[in-house]
Amino acid sequence: MSTSMQHIENHITTGIPLSQNPKLAARNVDVFYGDKQAIFDVSLDIGANEVIALIGPSGCGKSTFLRTLNRMNDTIDICKIKGEILLDDENIYGADVDTVPLRARVGMVFQKPNPFPKSIYDNVAYGPRIHGLAQSRVELDETVEKSLQRAGLWNEVKDRLHAPGTGLSGGQQQRLCIARTIAVDPEVILMDEPCSALDPIATAKIEELIDELREKYTIAIVTHSMQQAARVSQRTAYFHLGQLIEVNPTKQVFTTPQHELTEAYITGRFG
Amino acid sequence: MTDSKTTNSNTLTESKNMKPTQLTTRQKVELSLSRRRAAETRFRMYGMASVFFGMLCLVVLFTDIASKGTAAFKQTSLKTEIFLDSSYLGLTKDSKVDEVRFANFEGLIKRQFAKNFKPSGRKETRELFKLISPGASWQIQEALLANPEVLDTTISIELLMDDDVDQWFKHDRDLSTDETNDRLSTKQLSWLNNWVEEGRLDTHFNTLFFTNGDSREPELAGIHGAIKGTLLTLMVTLLLSFPIGVAAAIYLEEFAPRNRMTEIVEININNLAAVPSIIFGLLGMAIFINVFGVSRSTPLLGGLVLTLMTLPTIIISARAAIKSVPPSIREAAYGLGASKNQVVFHHVLPLAMPGMLTGTILGMAQALGETAPLLMIGMVAFVVDVPGFINDPSTVLPVQIFLWSDSPERAFMERTSGAILVLLSFLVLMNTTAVILRRRLERRW
Repeated sequence: MSTSMQHIENHITTGIPLSQNPKLAARNVDVFYGDKQAIFDVSLDIGANEVIALIGPSGCGKSTFLRTLNRMNDTIDICKIKGEILLDDENIYGADVDTVPLRARVGMVFQKPNPFPKSIYDNVAYGPRIHGLAQSRVELDETVEKSLQRAGLWNEVKDRLHAPGTGLSGGQQQRLCIARTIAVDPEVILMDEPCSALDPIATAKIEELIDELREKYTIAIVTHSMQQAARVSQRTAYFHLGQLIEVNPTKQVFTTPQHELTEAYITGRFG
Repeated sequence: MTDSKTTNSNTLTESKNMKPTQLTTRQKVELSLSRRRAAETRFRMYGMASVFFGMLCLVVLFTDIASKGTAAFKQTSLKTEIFLDSSYLGLTKDSKVDEVRFANFEGLIKRQFAKNFKPSGRKETRELFKLISPGASWQIQEALLANPEVLDTTISIELLMDDDVDQWFKHDRDLSTDETNDRLSTKQLSWLNNWVEEGRLDTHFNTLFFTNGDSREPELAGIHGAIKGTLLTLMVTLLLSFPIGVAAAIYLEEFAPRNRMTEIVEININNLAAVPSIIFGLLGMAIFINVFGVSRSTPLLGGLVLTLMTLPTIIISARAAIKSVPPSIREAAYGLGASKNQVVFHHVLPLAMPGMLTGTILGMAQALGETAPLLMIGMVAFVVDVPGFINDPSTVLPVQIFLWSDSPERAFMERTSGAILVLLSFLVLMNTTAVILRRRLERRW
């Protein structure tokens, strides 16, 4: 077991980290929190219209890596990033890149449902409003309705759009957060353990939703549940102590993992 | 129930006789249980005792002030008939206001009183006239100005009495005449007793206390000037300290780079909150008066000084309110592509507002009761006129209280307590507003 606690010197990711049709491409990414390095030389492609699952034991850096993809780590002062992340072949860490339009293109759903303390309508309408996506009230109404429908929440809330979003159940709140994210019409959606605070029924609904969203969006999802990764994703990336150990088609990762650490993790020997 | 209790105590007494090592875990827990319960009961008693002590002090304070102060809301006056002699006053029904203002009403009253109560000799005459307040002639003048038709008729009017009469009537008239009153002579007391028997002396609600500015005569002194000055000063303070304080808090909390400079600013703000308030008065004197030439004794200057004093309080409480906004809300907004400004003004500020307002109102309440710095900038001056705007000389309630408490007259002591009552009501009002405001804003979600 001692091997699982140590870094692998000069590790090269096992499997197929690159993609034919990449939407997002990370190249040699290192992330530091102050003096502590959290991510070591990660290169990974996220293909268009695919769902990629990032798995690994707690503290392995999968959430940190996810948050580098739309520069959410910028809000943390001590966080420094090296390497490149290309969105449609353009480095999002380039000198003249503004995070505002970037985050409109790469949306994010968080671990804990975090609706604004505003009405359901205002929650969904917030993104379109700040980005000026709707020209009229009617158009905004349409966007809100469409987003709520796509998030599978419309039928449950259409009669109380002006009730507070915080009054919904946990699962509904998380779907509201997804609706809020897709209302901006992003190209990529990042999900950071979106179901960890939800019950199995709400989880099933979200997973179903992810499957539907794949037609239109590219999705990267961090999850602690291997069943969930198996159910929703096409490819799976296994992180270990800040290193990207293995990337392969999901089925292969869960049936015949190539790397011994991946195998140890999915068979429950640690993590 | 009784069974289980007896068995419990049995096991306890048994276990006490055994050596600790022989005890089972359960018995050890039970042994410690009584000790823990006793500690809890003891602590509860301490708590109750301190709450009781605090309440007792508060009750004593309030009853003391209220018992002394409520009398200030009553004022003694004498019901008199006075003939408004037009030839003596040198007025006609068509006289202008200015002419009326300069007419000799004092002489008119004196003539009437001398006629009615027949003092013998100069000493008694002087004693008789001393019973009447200088405000009495002003009352007649007002009555005439209100209705010129009463000239050359006899009017019945409640004339304001001197503060010595007021004090005697309100507090001492039941004392036996043997106890000499060092403020009133025997002759004066006999007049007064006559008037009481005739039912002419009576107390009325003291409207002058609320409509007049300060005065050398206690019966004419009021808090209108001080209240107006307080309101103007607080207005200046609020208008300056709230926007500046909130802006500083937002900048420090959200925008300032984390470096040595910011750290120094933060430490100094925290230190400023602990600086004795009189220092701010000195600062105000040195900077605002000497450098910027703001005129002394004005609400504008007072407001500037109190702004300096309340700013640290407001900044600290506003920063605490901003810090308490859950980070998940910020992340949600950032994740949607909101700019920093949008995150702050759409999400952080509305959620932090109740806390900011609470801090501001607490700062204002502190400013309302502040005396020391205002003494340094001349607001301790004797100001008779009610200030019209922020650049008129004025005083504030706590300073007025300070001024009156220094006066030797008994009636001023009474007014001191009365003014304290008014000040306390203002404080209670402000704090209640703070609570209601906070509830309102928080109840939204």
